Amino acid sequence: MNLQTPLGRARGLGSAKSGTKHWWAQRVTAIALIPLTIWFVVAMISATGNDYNNAQQFIGNPINAILFILLIVATFHHAQLGLQVVIEDYVHNKPMEIGLLIITKGTVIVLGLSSVFAVLSITFGVA
Amino acid sequence: MAIDNRPLSPHLQVYKPQLTSVLSILHRITGIALAIGTLLLVWWLIAAASGPDYYDTAQRCIGSTMGRILLLGWTYALFYHLANGIRHLAWDSGRGFELNTAYLTGWLVIISSIVLTIVTWIAGYVVMGGS
Ligand code: HEM
Repeated sequence: MNLQTPLGRARGLGSAKSGTKHWWAQRVTAIALIPLTIWFVVAMISATGNDYNNAQQFIGNPINAILFILLIVATFHHAQLGLQVVIEDYVHNKPMEIGLLIITKGTVIVLGLSSVFAVLSITFGVA
Repeated sequence: MAIDNRPLSPHLQVYKPQLTSVLSILHRITGIALAIGTLLLVWWLIAAASGPDYYDTAQRCIGSTMGRILLLGWTYALFYHLANGIRHLAWDSGRGFELNTAYLTGWLVIISSIVLTIVTWIAGYVVMGGS
Protein backbone atom coordinates (compact mmCIF):
# COMPACT_ATOMS: atom_id res chain seq x y z
CA MET A 1 0.00 0.00 0.00
CA ASN A 2 1.27 3.45 -0.86
CA LEU A 3 -0.06 6.29 1.23
CA GLN A 4 1.41 8.98 -0.99
CA THR A 5 -0.96 10.85 -3.27
CA PRO A 6 -0.14 10.61 -7.00
CA LEU A 7 0.76 14.30 -6.99
CA GLY A 8 3.07 13.77 -4.00
CA ARG A 9 4.79 10.91 -5.75
CA ALA A 10 5.20 12.92 -8.95
CA ARG A 11 6.84 15.77 -7.04
CA GLY A 12 9.11 13.31 -5.30
CA LEU A 13 9.32 15.41 -2.15
CA GLY A 14 8.95 13.94 1.31
CA SER A 15 7.59 15.81 4.31
CA ALA A 16 10.86 17.75 4.48
CA LYS A 17 9.97 19.39 1.14
CA SER A 18 13.48 18.92 -0.17
CA GLY A 19 15.93 16.22 -1.05
CA THR A 20 19.16 15.19 0.59
CA LYS A 21 21.19 18.15 -0.64
CA HIS A 22 20.91 20.03 2.64
CA TRP A 23 21.90 16.97 4.68
CA TRP A 24 24.94 16.32 2.51
CA ALA A 25 26.11 19.92 2.54
CA GLN A 26 25.93 19.89 6.35
CA ARG A 27 28.13 16.75 6.50
CA VAL A 28 30.60 17.96 3.85
CA THR A 29 31.08 21.31 5.58
CA ALA A 30 31.40 19.48 8.92
CA ILE A 31 34.19 17.28 7.54
CA ALA A 32 35.95 20.30 6.03
CA LEU A 33 35.69 22.06 9.39
CA ILE A 34 37.59 19.35 11.28
CA PRO A 35 41.07 20.16 9.87
CA LEU A 36 40.22 23.86 9.45
CA THR A 37 39.22 24.20 13.11
CA ILE A 38 42.35 22.43 14.31
CA TRP A 39 44.45 24.78 12.16
CA PHE A 40 42.47 27.76 13.45
CA VAL A 41 43.00 26.91 17.12
CA VAL A 42 46.73 26.27 16.67
CA ALA A 43 47.13 29.44 14.58
CA MET A 44 45.22 31.58 17.08
CA ILE A 45 47.30 30.23 19.96
CA SER A 46 50.45 31.26 18.12
CA ALA A 47 48.90 34.68 17.43
CA THR A 48 47.79 35.30 21.03
CA GLY A 49 48.64 38.82 22.15
CA ASN A 50 49.93 39.88 18.71
CA ASP A 51 50.36 43.61 18.24
CA TYR A 52 48.96 45.30 15.14
CA ASN A 53 52.00 44.71 12.92
CA ASN A 54 52.31 41.07 13.89
CA ALA A 55 48.60 40.57 13.30
CA GLN A 56 48.96 42.05 9.78
CA GLN A 57 51.84 39.66 9.09
CA PHE A 58 49.89 36.75 10.51
CA ILE A 59 46.59 37.30 8.66
CA GLY A 60 48.30 38.56 5.50
CA ASN A 61 50.56 35.53 5.13
CA PRO A 62 49.17 33.91 1.94
CA ILE A 63 48.76 30.43 3.45
CA ASN A 64 47.02 31.80 6.53
CA ALA A 65 44.86 34.10 4.40
CA ILE A 66 43.70 31.21 2.22
CA LEU A 67 42.97 29.04 5.27
CA PHE A 68 41.09 31.92 6.93
CA ILE A 69 38.93 32.33 3.83
CA LEU A 70 38.23 28.59 3.61
CA LEU A 71 37.41 28.55 7.32
CA ILE A 72 35.04 31.51 6.93
CA VAL A 73 33.22 30.02 3.94
CA ALA A 74 32.87 26.55 5.51
CA THR A 75 31.84 27.94 8.90
CA PHE A 76 29.18 30.31 7.60
CA HIS A 77 27.76 27.76 5.18
CA HIS A 78 27.66 25.10 7.93
CA ALA A 79 26.20 27.52 10.48
CA GLN A 80 23.48 28.66 8.06
CA LEU A 81 22.48 25.06 7.30
CA GLY A 82 22.47 24.23 11.01
CA LEU A 83 20.48 27.29 12.07
CA GLN A 84 17.98 26.52 9.31
CA VAL A 85 17.28 23.12 10.88
CA VAL A 86 16.88 24.68 14.31
CA ILE A 87 14.46 27.31 12.98
CA GLU A 88 12.45 24.70 11.05
CA ASP A 89 12.22 22.58 14.21
CA TYR A 90 11.00 25.26 16.59
CA VAL A 91 9.25 27.99 14.61
CA HIS A 92 5.83 26.82 13.50
CA ASN A 93 4.42 30.11 12.29
CA LYS A 94 5.07 30.08 8.54
CA PRO A 95 5.65 33.82 7.87
CA MET A 96 7.87 34.01 10.96
CA GLU A 97 9.81 30.92 9.87
CA ILE A 98 10.42 32.26 6.37
CA GLY A 99 11.36 35.66 7.78
CA LEU A 100 13.92 34.15 10.14
CA LEU A 101 15.38 31.96 7.39
CA ILE A 102 15.83 35.00 5.16
CA ILE A 103 17.40 36.98 8.00
CA THR A 104 19.91 34.22 8.87
CA LYS A 105 20.83 33.69 5.23
CA GLY A 106 21.27 37.40 4.65
CA THR A 107 23.29 37.86 7.85
CA VAL A 108 25.55 34.97 6.98
CA ILE A 109 26.22 36.35 3.49
CA VAL A 110 26.96 39.86 4.79
CA LEU A 111 29.23 38.64 7.59
CA GLY A 112 30.97 36.06 5.40
CA LEU A 113 31.70 38.49 2.57
CA SER A 114 32.83 41.18 5.01
CA SER A 115 35.27 38.81 6.71
CA VAL A 116 36.67 37.59 3.40
CA PHE A 117 37.05 41.19 2.29
CA ALA A 118 38.87 42.04 5.53
CA VAL A 119 41.32 39.16 5.05
CA LEU A 120 41.94 40.07 1.39
CA SER A 121 42.49 43.74 2.13
CA ILE A 122 45.12 42.82 4.73
CA THR A 123 46.82 40.38 2.35
CA PHE A 124 46.99 42.89 -0.47
CA GLY A 125 48.05 45.67 1.86
CA VAL A 126 45.08 47.90 1.17
CA ALA A 127 44.45 48.46 4.85
CA MET B 1 -8.57 17.70 9.04
CA ALA B 2 -8.83 15.94 12.39
CA ILE B 3 -5.56 17.31 13.63
CA ASP B 4 -6.83 17.58 17.22
CA ASN B 5 -7.30 13.82 17.60
CA ARG B 6 -3.87 12.77 16.53
CA PRO B 7 -1.96 10.69 19.07
CA LEU B 8 0.94 12.51 20.71
CA SER B 9 4.21 11.00 21.79
CA PRO B 10 4.97 11.51 25.48
CA HIS B 11 6.31 14.96 26.11
CA LEU B 12 10.07 15.33 26.40
CA GLN B 13 9.86 16.45 30.02
CA VAL B 14 8.57 13.12 31.32
CA TYR B 15 11.92 11.54 30.53
CA LYS B 16 14.75 11.55 33.03
CA PRO B 17 17.75 13.33 31.44
CA GLN B 18 20.38 10.83 30.35
CA LEU B 19 23.96 11.32 29.27
CA THR B 20 23.01 10.66 25.66
CA SER B 21 20.08 13.08 25.57
CA VAL B 22 21.98 15.83 27.39
CA LEU B 23 24.93 15.56 24.99
CA SER B 24 22.51 15.64 22.08
CA ILE B 25 20.90 18.92 23.07
CA LEU B 26 24.34 20.32 23.94
CA HIS B 27 25.39 19.80 20.32
CA ARG B 28 22.55 22.05 19.23
CA ILE B 29 23.24 24.62 21.97
CA THR B 30 26.97 24.79 21.19
CA GLY B 31 26.16 25.05 17.46
CA ILE B 32 23.97 28.08 18.11
CA ALA B 33 26.52 29.56 20.53
CA LEU B 34 29.28 29.12 17.95
CA ALA B 35 27.17 30.78 15.28
CA ILE B 36 26.80 33.80 17.57
CA GLY B 37 30.45 33.56 18.64
CA THR B 38 31.53 33.82 15.01
CA LEU B 39 30.66 37.52 15.33
CA LEU B 40 33.80 37.82 17.46
CA LEU B 41 36.00 36.44 14.69
CA VAL B 42 34.33 38.71 12.11
CA TRP B 43 34.81 41.74 14.34
CA TRP B 44 38.46 40.88 15.02
CA LEU B 45 39.26 40.45 11.31
CA ILE B 46 37.52 43.67 10.34
CA ALA B 47 39.27 45.51 13.19
CA ALA B 48 42.63 44.17 12.02
CA ALA B 49 41.83 45.43 8.51
CA SER B 50 40.73 48.85 9.76
CA GLY B 51 43.97 50.10 11.28
CA PRO B 52 45.98 50.03 14.52
CA ASP B 53 43.44 51.96 16.62
CA TYR B 54 40.56 49.62 15.81
CA TYR B 55 42.78 46.59 16.27
CA ASP B 56 44.03 47.77 19.67
CA THR B 57 40.47 48.40 20.83
CA ALA B 58 39.44 44.90 19.77
CA GLN B 59 42.47 43.36 21.47
CA ARG B 60 41.71 45.27 24.67
CA CYS B 61 38.07 44.10 24.72
CA ILE B 62 38.97 40.50 23.96
CA GLY B 63 41.78 40.58 26.54
CA SER B 64 39.57 42.03 29.31
CA THR B 65 38.23 39.74 32.01
CA MET B 66 34.80 39.63 30.38
CA GLY B 67 36.39 39.03 26.98
CA ARG B 68 38.47 36.16 28.32
CA ILE B 69 35.45 34.54 29.97
CA LEU B 70 33.55 34.70 26.66
CA LEU B 71 36.57 33.38 24.80
CA LEU B 72 36.89 30.50 27.28
CA GLY B 73 33.24 29.58 26.70
CA TRP B 74 33.79 29.86 22.97
CA THR B 75 36.81 27.56 23.14
CA TYR B 76 34.87 24.96 25.09
CA ALA B 77 31.85 25.15 22.76
CA LEU B 78 34.15 24.74 19.75
CA PHE B 79 35.90 21.67 21.14
CA TYR B 80 32.66 20.14 22.38
CA HIS B 81 30.97 20.64 19.00
CA LEU B 82 34.06 19.39 17.14
CA ALA B 83 34.34 16.22 19.22
CA ASN B 84 30.63 15.50 19.26
CA GLY B 85 30.44 16.43 15.56
CA ILE B 86 32.93 13.66 14.80
CA ARG B 87 30.71 11.36 16.89
CA HIS B 88 27.76 12.44 14.73
CA LEU B 89 29.69 11.76 11.53
CA ALA B 90 30.52 8.25 12.78
CA TRP B 91 26.81 7.66 13.41
CA ASP B 92 26.05 8.94 9.91
CA SER B 93 28.33 6.22 8.55
CA GLY B 94 26.30 3.68 10.53
CA ARG B 95 28.82 3.14 13.32
CA GLY B 96 28.68 3.50 17.08
CA PHE B 97 24.99 2.94 17.80
CA GLU B 98 25.43 0.15 20.40
CA LEU B 99 24.36 1.44 23.79
CA ASN B 100 27.69 0.98 25.54
CA THR B 101 29.57 2.43 22.57
CA ALA B 102 27.28 5.48 22.61
CA TYR B 103 28.06 5.97 26.32
CA LEU B 104 31.78 5.41 25.83
CA THR B 105 32.04 7.93 22.97
CA GLY B 106 29.85 10.31 24.99
CA TRP B 107 32.32 10.25 27.87
CA LEU B 108 35.20 10.59 25.40
CA VAL B 109 33.57 13.76 24.05
CA ILE B 110 33.24 15.21 27.56
CA ILE B 111 36.79 14.38 28.58
CA SER B 112 38.48 15.37 25.31
CA SER B 113 36.61 18.70 25.10
CA ILE B 114 37.65 19.63 28.64
CA VAL B 115 41.26 18.51 28.16
CA LEU B 116 41.61 20.30 24.80
CA THR B 117 40.18 23.50 26.28
CA ILE B 118 42.65 23.42 29.17
CA VAL B 119 45.61 22.61 26.90
CA THR B 120 44.65 25.42 24.50
CA TRP B 121 44.46 27.98 27.30
CA ILE B 122 47.71 26.90 28.88
CA ALA B 123 49.37 27.15 25.45
CA GLY B 124 47.86 30.61 24.93
CA TYR B 125 49.19 31.87 28.27
CA VAL B 126 52.61 30.34 27.54
CA VAL B 127 52.73 32.16 24.18
CA MET B 128 51.86 35.44 25.91
CA GLY B 129 54.50 34.84 28.54
CA GLY B 130 52.01 34.33 31.35
CA SER B 131 49.96 37.52 31.12
C1 HEM C 1 34.57 22.14 14.18
C2 HEM C 1 34.07 21.34 13.30
C3 HEM C 1 32.59 21.05 13.23
C4 HEM C 1 32.05 19.83 13.07
C5 HEM C 1 32.81 18.51 12.90
C6 HEM C 1 30.60 19.99 13.07
C7 HEM C 1 29.69 18.97 12.90
C8 HEM C 1 28.33 19.10 12.89
C9 HEM C 1 27.38 18.07 12.58
C10 HEM C 1 27.72 16.63 12.17
C11 HEM C 1 26.14 18.60 12.68
C12 HEM C 1 24.81 17.88 12.44
C13 HEM C 1 24.26 17.39 13.72
C14 HEM C 1 22.96 16.66 13.56
O1 HEM C 1 22.86 15.76 12.71
O2 HEM C 1 22.02 16.97 14.33
C15 HEM C 1 26.29 19.97 13.10
C16 HEM C 1 25.25 20.84 13.36
C17 HEM C 1 25.40 22.19 13.61
N1 HEM C 1 26.59 22.91 13.63
FE1 HEM C 1 28.42 22.11 13.44
N2 HEM C 1 30.29 21.32 13.25
C18 HEM C 1 31.49 22.01 13.35
C19 HEM C 1 31.63 23.38 13.53
C20 HEM C 1 30.59 24.29 13.65
C21 HEM C 1 30.75 25.72 13.78
C22 HEM C 1 32.09 26.46 13.79
C23 HEM C 1 29.48 26.24 13.90
C24 HEM C 1 29.02 27.67 14.04
C25 HEM C 1 29.64 28.72 13.61
C26 HEM C 1 28.55 25.15 13.85
C27 HEM C 1 27.18 25.27 13.95
C28 HEM C 1 26.28 24.24 13.87
C29 HEM C 1 24.86 24.38 14.03
C30 HEM C 1 24.10 25.68 14.31
C31 HEM C 1 24.31 23.09 13.88
C32 HEM C 1 22.84 22.69 13.95
C33 HEM C 1 22.54 22.06 15.27
C34 HEM C 1 21.32 21.21 15.24
O3 HEM C 1 20.69 20.99 14.20
O4 HEM C 1 20.96 20.71 16.32
N3 HEM C 1 29.25 23.97 13.69
N4 HEM C 1 27.64 20.27 13.21
